[in-house]
Amino acid sequence: MRVELVLENWQMFAEGVWMTLQLTGLSLLIGFCIALPAGIVRARRVPVLSPIINGYVYLFRGTPLLVQLYLVYYGLSQFEAVRESFAWPVLREAYWCALITFSLNSGAYATEIIRGAVETTPEGELEGARSLGLSPGQVTRLVLIPSALRRALPQYGNEVVFMLHGSVVASIITLQDILGAGRTLNARYYLAYEGFLTAAALYMSITLCLVLVFRGLERKYLAHLDIQAPKAKKMKFALR
Amino acid sequence: MDQLVPYIPLLLRGALVTVSLAVLALMLATALGAIAAAGRLAGGWIGQGVVLGYTSLVRGVPDLVLILLIYFGGQRLLNQIGSGLGWEYVDLSKFWAGVLSIGFIYGAYLTETFRGAYLTIPRGQVEAAKALGMRPLSVLWKISIPQLIRFALPGYANVWQVLVKSTAVVSVIGLEDLVGLANDAGKSVRQPFLFFMFVLLVYLLITWVSTTGFNWAERRYAVRSHAR
Repeated sequence: MRVELVLENWQMFAEGVWMTLQLTGLSLLIGFCIALPAGIVRARRVPVLSPIINGYVYLFRGTPLLVQLYLVYYGLSQFEAVRESFAWPVLREAYWCALITFSLNSGAYATEIIRGAVETTPEGELEGARSLGLSPGQVTRLVLIPSALRRALPQYGNEVVFMLHGSVVASIITLQDILGAGRTLNARYYLAYEGFLTAAALYMSITLCLVLVFRGLERKYLAHLDIQAPKAKKMKFALR
Repeated sequence: MDQLVPYIPLLLRGALVTVSLAVLALMLATALGAIAAAGRLAGGWIGQGVVLGYTSLVRGVPDLVLILLIYFGGQRLLNQIGSGLGWEYVDLSKFWAGVLSIGFIYGAYLTETFRGAYLTIPRGQVEAAKALGMRPLSVLWKISIPQLIRFALPGYANVWQVLVKSTAVVSVIGLEDLVGLANDAGKSVRQPFLFFMFVLLVYLLITWVSTTGFNWAERRYAVRSHAR
């Protein structure tokens, strides 16, 4: 293990961390903006709209993220129309392709999470809100969404970790994220594992931080639910 | 479309590689998960510590990083040990590196599935079996395991679906699976979109077939109510 090479190139890894965090954070944000309306629509079974959203969710959850990324990055450029359109300067860049794909992917998973949370909202909460004279829009905005988002928090925490881990495929389309930095280090000095081990350690520390942050958020926002269930879930260990 | 048709047999061979990799990895993961769940439930503090380390490692590190570590790092390690013992140069195949890594990763997820399923079995049943004079091994085999299968199936199905998708990443180390072949072929005929669409469809098909299969299995192992 040649630690000195990793330390000498710490700047490359710092840039990698920034790239990973940026990609993950932005995709989660855009994905959430897709998922909130889509999740509510999916829970309410709106004609025409719901089947479209179901198809979107099924496609993105049923196929590997890597293939989706290849399809956007390599696939779209085969069309003359795309190469001559106004969007080409964006779609030519690996960064934007990754961001678009990750956002759509995270949006599909988050839609399912929000749908589940909306569907399990206690009917009494909504009835109570209606009986106080709130309009349907107010019920959704002031009662349903805040309540559903709180209960979606544990699963959403998992989704955040999975998006962080999923973002490694960005390094395959030449982006310099954490794994990209590790691969560059290995290639530059003909190493077998130092770069990967450093990347693994960095991903692990970020994951740990995220888990702790979400545990804190859950303690804060799910405090009212713990009265009924004093034994809080100790460890989250779910798949997306 | 015309460019895709001649490549379909090749791509289907790739799909066979993908599916066999996934099935072998699932078998390895099942074995690892069962051992680790047993360690977590009855391994004392050493067993629990080892299993906790294993599951935390897998939860913290992305699959591709582990695959690259096992493929490149494992190769180096194997040969360092090998040269000490006087072996010849050992070549870790891409396929087996993929099976090992994916099996290792999803073993950690199955640990939790199996442990959860075991804890769902009512304690009274095991106690009753003991009271009837059954030996520990037959309690496990006749009482615990049949119910464990029933409770673990939904989680197991979920792990399988995620596992199948994560096999796509093994193409990065150059394995000629469905994704790797489609990538090469699609670029050579300049129709990557078409080829990757085909790959997406194959993955959706695998997902659909396995959902149907697992739904059947869940019905098969479901509790038959005596109330009727």
